[in-house]
Amino acid sequence: MASASVAVAPARQEDEALLTGRATFIADIALPGMVHAAVLRSPYAHARIRGIDASRARALPGVLAVFDGQQVHAEMGRLPQSVPHPALKPYTEYPLAWDKVRYVGEPVALVVAESRHLAEDALELITVDYEPLPPVLDVEQALAPDAPRVHDEAEDNVAGAMRQSVGDVERAFREAAYVFEERLHVHRGAGHAIETRGLLASFEPRTRLLTVWCTSQGVHRVQRALCEMLRLPPHQVRVITPQVGGGFGPKGAVDPETVVVPWAAIKLRLPVKWIEDRREHCLAAKQERDQVHHVAIAVDKNGVILGMKDSFLHDAGAYAGSMVTPWIAATTIPGPYRIPNFAVDFRMVFTNKVPTVVVRGAGRPQAVFVMERMIERIARELRLDPVEVRRRNLIRPEEQPYNTGLIFRDNRPMIYDSGDYPACLEKALALIDYAGFPQYQARARAEGRYVGLGVACYVEGNGLGPYEGATVRVEGSGQIVVLTGATPQGQGHHTTMAQICAAQLGVSPDQVTVVTGDTSGIPKGVGTFGSRSSVVAGSAVHEAAGQVRAKLLRVAAALLECSADQLRLQDGKVFVAEAPTRSITLGAIAQAITGVGFGYALPAGLEPTLEATVYFRPERATYAYGAHAAIVEVDPATGFCRIEKYVAVDDCGRILNPTIVRGQVIGGVAHGVGNALYEEVVYDEAGQPLNTSFMDYLLPTATEVPEVIVAHTETPSPLNPLGIKGAGESGTLPAPAAIAAAIEHALAPFGVRITSLPLSPERIANLVQEQQARAS
Amino acid sequence: MSALHDIALVVNGQSYQGRVEPRVSLADFLRDTLGLTGTHVGCEHGVCGACTVLLDGRPVRSCLLFAVQAQGAEVLTVEGLAQNGTLHPLQEAFRRHHALQCGFCTPGLLMTLVAFIRDHPVASDAEIREALAGNLCRCTGYQNIVEAVRAVLAAAADQAGGMPHGQR
Amino acid sequence: MKPAPFEYLAPTTLDEALAALATYGEEAKVLAGGQSLVPLMNFRLARPRVLIDINRLAELAYIHQEQDGLRFGALTRQAEAEASPLVRAASPLLAQALRFVGHAAIRSRGTIGGSIAHADPAAELPLLLVALDGYVRARRVGGERTIAAQEFFVDYLTTALAPTELLTEVCLPASSLWDGASFLELARRHGDYALVASVVLLRLAADGTCAEARIALAGVGPTPLRIPAAEAVLVGTGLDAARQEAAAQLAAEAIDPPSDIHGSADYRRRLARTLVQRGLAAAVRMATTGKTATGGER
Repeated sequence: MASASVAVAPARQEDEALLTGRATFIADIALPGMVHAAVLRSPYAHARIRGIDASRARALPGVLAVFDGQQVHAEMGRLPQSVPHPALKPYTEYPLAWDKVRYVGEPVALVVAESRHLAEDALELITVDYEPLPPVLDVEQALAPDAPRVHDEAEDNVAGAMRQSVGDVERAFREAAYVFEERLHVHRGAGHAIETRGLLASFEPRTRLLTVWCTSQGVHRVQRALCEMLRLPPHQVRVITPQVGGGFGPKGAVDPETVVVPWAAIKLRLPVKWIEDRREHCLAAKQERDQVHHVAIAVDKNGVILGMKDSFLHDAGAYAGSMVTPWIAATTIPGPYRIPNFAVDFRMVFTNKVPTVVVRGAGRPQAVFVMERMIERIARELRLDPVEVRRRNLIRPEEQPYNTGLIFRDNRPMIYDSGDYPACLEKALALIDYAGFPQYQARARAEGRYVGLGVACYVEGNGLGPYEGATVRVEGSGQIVVLTGATPQGQGHHTTMAQICAAQLGVSPDQVTVVTGDTSGIPKGVGTFGSRSSVVAGSAVHEAAGQVRAKLLRVAAALLECSADQLRLQDGKVFVAEAPTRSITLGAIAQAITGVGFGYALPAGLEPTLEATVYFRPERATYAYGAHAAIVEVDPATGFCRIEKYVAVDDCGRILNPTIVRGQVIGGVAHGVGNALYEEVVYDEAGQPLNTSFMDYLLPTATEVPEVIVAHTETPSPLNPLGIKGAGESGTLPAPAAIAAAIEHALAPFGVRITSLPLSPERIANLVQEQQARAS
Repeated sequence: MSALHDIALVVNGQSYQGRVEPRVSLADFLRDTLGLTGTHVGCEHGVCGACTVLLDGRPVRSCLLFAVQAQGAEVLTVEGLAQNGTLHPLQEAFRRHHALQCGFCTPGLLMTLVAFIRDHPVASDAEIREALAGNLCRCTGYQNIVEAVRAVLAAAADQAGGMPHGQR
Repeated sequence: MKPAPFEYLAPTTLDEALAALATYGEEAKVLAGGQSLVPLMNFRLARPRVLIDINRLAELAYIHQEQDGLRFGALTRQAEAEASPLVRAASPLLAQALRFVGHAAIRSRGTIGGSIAHADPAAELPLLLVALDGYVRARRVGGERTIAAQEFFVDYLTTALAPTELLTEVCLPASSLWDGASFLELARRHGDYALVASVVLLRLAADGTCAEARIALAGVGPTPLRIPAAEAVLVGTGLDAARQEAAAQLAAEAIDPPSDIHGSADYRRRLARTLVQRGLAAAVRMATTGKTATGGER
């Protein structure tokens, strides 16, 4: 498919309002009569609810209502699954817990009061009679036959399972020269956008219209859930996102609060606002925690991979609405490497912790860590340069499109669409000065410093279906509006969608207004997650704008009395190529078709609207890829690390907006640095979360995130008219693996081997100490 | 409910009066009572920096101040940075260097940096990063913010007559 | 995270403040910088019925130079101290350590007295007070007393102050009076509370041997700690590498550090050892060559 042109945007449309503090985020919205909600949350990881006494809370002046799980359960059941699958057990959350609580932080009651302050005062006056039960907190322990069951009705704690295989893995292992096995524990952490979750629900009883403003990554998804749970038809439920302050996955979920707060608003006939505080976000916002992999790889004597198998456990938390995170992880493992015989299976396991969903990267960083650790293992065991092992196994460009034989999370064949993985790796190596590193390392060692260099390659399936829609419309004023189901949280969609549309309509991007995150704007949508919006929504915008372009030319031809192929569209006008003074503006065309000027009868050749709606359905995912490299200095005595140099070479196909893409890469690397070295969700033996504030859950700051040297290769995708692939998550995928490899390389004199993330200074110091003890 | 207190303060050059419960934070007072919602609340324990405003010229966490404490004070919030529709050089630099994505942390960052560039006309990248370390951003990875600050310092130095911008 | 309700008092004179403390005692908390107290209140971990805001007591904000050190009014802002030429001259160690106290916005409001009275054992200012053997002045209705650093810090977040007492002054002997002085801190991120921090002070005799040594650690116990055993092994010696090593080892053995999410007891012990080692090396270098020690580690 041709790589269509895109207009250049000098700056983001979003910025002026954001910079001057005039953008509207959820907490900024106030409605007349608005009241405030607070959530009572379970203090136990696992307990039966024997009873709730909210009488003292209800009696507090300023408290309007207290709702508990029994009341809600009489009217609503479980939340719908977000991505149903035959292998996924049907244990989703309730809007409020009613029989048992299954994680610390689970919503138990909802207080509505005149102020948030009063609502929190009321929370303290509610007494809940809990009967504590033993919690399961570890994925391996949860599978023991005598483990407490998170869901009483279930026969075990398996939430879902999947197995995929390609080729003949057993034969490959039999015939291999070497087989290496490893147990890898990969922890991913939480999302922690700087803006917490929030929503404001308002029910108009006369029109019976429920309006919900919320921090969401997909308004239509929320609308669908609310329609199902509240038994309202879609035309009576409008969901809108204001500006959203970061999403990263957790805001894509439909949470208990997403349902119970609108339910309360309908009951009370008052607008109810719930703004999550940071403590709640630490406790109860969804996250992505642990995977435990048992992996084995079979190679020939040259380090060429013959086969690989991985069996892993994924921590689902207390409830599960989808299996996408482990599914994505499982299929991302082979990455850019040729693995003709591959078998992967996972079990998603219930534990008494916050439910997990996707967090930026969505299982792929774990997969890249697993694959890259095994590459490093092969190199170490066979005494080969780890880069050479990669060179020997990377899929070559002439093999593209490359069918991995797996089924990706979109339930489509996982066929890499395009890519030159070796060239990307070589570019990264050049930028990090791989050739010069041994000398630098030797100099550093002579000074008593330990530095190492690590590399990581990845392939990222993104740009997923099933679809995304866009309506492009030329208004009577001549203004151009794009309405789409994409629901951004900082990615600059308003700017990129405007660029795509502007190119088709011969205007500049600042003449295009983009409306996102409103179910009234476009009736169907999926949302912004998984690095899909530029690809899928962007393609929809491109095609819809193309249809509007054709309409403009047809109508102009009728009005200018010529044929459409004689016309050009540029600078907001349609004109006859041979006689440019014969022209008509977009606005005049739009005016003409209102029909009023013709006495309420539209002449032949004119259509009533200058509007088109396209739902773009990608045939399958696009596959972005890249290679990152890091140089890290480690202090073996303390375990403290410093990232000296970081190179990111990523290929997201054709780049629409280089500035925005670069910003996404650097932002993603920052998350990767966090996952590698700082971020960990920790629970004690009773299932109490120990990071309940930003003092305890460590987000990297400007002094921890290195400067990132960003470069790209551009290999267009044949799967969409723009030739693009997703770019929003790329930075997160290889960073932990590259940093881990660099640390291991730095500590090679001690023989340290890294098999888990994150790498706190204490863990690193312990690894060194263990090796030193072994040596003496 | 505890007794209400009368307060009078100046925000962005304008005088305001209010009656507040002592436990209402300055952040909530600015946002909910004065309608100045540009100051954002991210953590309510002083770590994320999204709520940073200038109080009598100094950067402070408005989530850790009670509104009653601002009696008689002069406060500058992000809404007070642009003058007559012209963006402050920092705002302009943020836009030019793509130093914001979701924009939620941006007001707090701008206010922190307004004080920083005023007090540090010359700063290395390391010093800029140290100055930023009290503001959490989950979108940008900070690099473009550093570039924006560098650009503002360099432009100010040029205007001041060729004082070299120091990079150590 | 809204605090529980409280009564708010904003006395304008010291006597008013003392009278309020006398009246409310245990039910009240003093609000100075608020950078430690208000988060606790927002989490509802602290729920004073009365908050006594002393920020209007301008008489408590000053930095006075004495012959052997500095006297800080309790309400002196950390930012003020950081920028003070008096501090930089008389107490370079304090100037260094202040850069590690939170971030600029925290230091705008946080006070010298507040940090001392809050008594977090991982905080920089309490460590300095103990290392430099300073003292505080406390007043209540009808009296005033001086409390030495060694007696002041009693336990985790607990001082010798009575509920009716207000810390009014912090007296910090000058670090410039020592031949060798180093401050080192290890924290997960810049501005975080220390995992472990160390102060080493050395005074040399005319013959170059060690006349006096102070080794103090933060983050390794319920209060900042001096390590007399480690100090003793250095006094009278030439401060050779083996002696320094022995002192570091003794320091590691003398402490019983806490375990938490950021570091186990064992890890903190090993960090303490490393910091004393490196702090000693830096202090010795400074004492023998006159070159100042660098501040923090990361």
